[in-house]
Amino acid sequence: MPEEALENKMVIKDLSMYYTDFKAIEDVTFDVPARRITALIGPSGCGKSTLVRCLNRMNDLIEGVRVEGEVVLDSENVYQQGFDTIGLRRRVGMVFQRPNPFPKSIYENVAYGPKLVGIKDKEELDFIVEDSLKKAALWHEVKTILRESGQNLSGGQQQRLCIARVIAVQPEVILFDEPCSAIDPVATQLIEDLMAELKENFTMVIVTHNMQQAARVSDFTAFMLVQEQGQPGRLIEYGDTNTMFTNPSDERTERYITGRFG
Amino acid sequence: MRARGGEAVTGACFKGHAFADRENRVKVVMLACASVAILAILLIFLFIFRESLPSIRELGVKNLFFSTDWRPNVADPKAGHYGMLTFIWGTLLTTFGAMLISTPLGIGAAVFIDQVAPDSMARVVRRGIELLAGIPSVVIGWFGLILLVPAIARVTGTSGYGVAAASLVLVVMALPTITTLSAETLKSLPAELKEASVAMGATRWQTIYKVLLPSAREGLLIAVILGMGRAIGETMAVQMVIGNARAFAVSPFARTSTLTTRIVTDTGEASGIFRSALFAQALVLLLIAMVLIILIRVISRKREAA
Repeated sequence: MPEEALENKMVIKDLSMYYTDFKAIEDVTFDVPARRITALIGPSGCGKSTLVRCLNRMNDLIEGVRVEGEVVLDSENVYQQGFDTIGLRRRVGMVFQRPNPFPKSIYENVAYGPKLVGIKDKEELDFIVEDSLKKAALWHEVKTILRESGQNLSGGQQQRLCIARVIAVQPEVILFDEPCSAIDPVATQLIEDLMAELKENFTMVIVTHNMQQAARVSDFTAFMLVQEQGQPGRLIEYGDTNTMFTNPSDERTERYITGRFG
Repeated sequence: MRARGGEAVTGACFKGHAFADRENRVKVVMLACASVAILAILLIFLFIFRESLPSIRELGVKNLFFSTDWRPNVADPKAGHYGMLTFIWGTLLTTFGAMLISTPLGIGAAVFIDQVAPDSMARVVRRGIELLAGIPSVVIGWFGLILLVPAIARVTGTSGYGVAAASLVLVVMALPTITTLSAETLKSLPAELKEASVAMGATRWQTIYKVLLPSAREGLLIAVILGMGRAIGETMAVQMVIGNARAFAVSPFARTSTLTTRIVTDTGEASGIFRSALFAQALVLLLIAMVLIILIRVISRKREAA
């Protein structure tokens, strides 16, 4: 990594978020380097999922959510007035905790995003679907059953289908919100391998409660913690994953990654 | 039933006699309640079938169900003609017209309640629609009579009575059913579906149109069918605005009758085969209701399989 200068795809600056009156996260600041994987770790309820949902403004769906601070994507604050959230979500895709394919065919699941932006040409759609499924390492398993429901696949396959669905709109950033918490170890391995391959073209952020997973897949890690119940989640430490896991600078990080709490 | 009872008795042996006794007594009471309902349905069906039998025998299926010639003779029922096709047609036409309007309206309102309105406003709309469901049909019919009929008369230059007025009144009757059930269906969809679509950069409308409504299709269909059942059976409100003519409706603005309104209109003076022909109309209503219920069963089974 040191050989090339890292550019930041996203920068999170002094970000705080409230659910009506409750402050869920406070003053979080860290960078998301381009074409790297950044992991968000921390015990349950520390606000890491809430935080990642600020990056593509999915929290906007919840009534009463308020955000302070900035989330900068390519030098533009996504929370500035009049920012195009629809365009933002096309640039910053998301894979969820539970695989959530639409009750449509495998083909239609992947073609959903391209169709939204008005691509109608059958050949072009065919190409996008095949290409995306290949990039998501799912093509060979599903190429003969493209017309079957995406919901009939196994959990791990469904999650890769969701990744293909995101890839199909060619986002710049992909957010993974605990993508492996609902699938088995073998499928988890497949997805981790897949993420390593996708690093060439995409910037990724992964939320995980699994420290080994963060250590395996990520280049950078941010550790979040709620000090006491009722307090907001704060960023305790952010840095290079290797350094963080071998030589953490904060005592709380060390206690967490060595499994002494959380 | 017998097998399940036996199971309970063996189970109860472990719990002691007093408990088993009470359990069995509760069971008998429940069984009695269920039996009353089943018995009532069975008796209604048998009774209606028996009472309509003379007209079916006397006139034949063709003259009774597939003829539009309805000229009852009160003094000498046997001399009359009792073809009910006009009224079957009237029922189908008013129901179809009502569904044409109440389906998009009801599903639209459901989408508004579940997806568009902020919680506080959704609650107000929901209460309003529940209230609408509680208004007696005679009140709705009355509104139809004093507001709708004159308005239609003014616009179209007809009497104002007829299928159109009846359909519009039925829209009000079917709307609460369709809206409430559709909103329930939409609410029961997993939140992940909406999230997935929004996270792909879909607008709210694209999400509703391309993901939520197709995913809720079966439930919405059931909502519409139940609303249809409401519309088919409605009597009072329709009778007040449809004009109660015996003419086969070719225009939505012509006076006609439905099965239910014809039964109500004629039942006072009918005897003999005239009366039996009215029961045959009730039989048709019952059959339509059964078809709708079977349809719902088929659709729900399909939904469970998916």
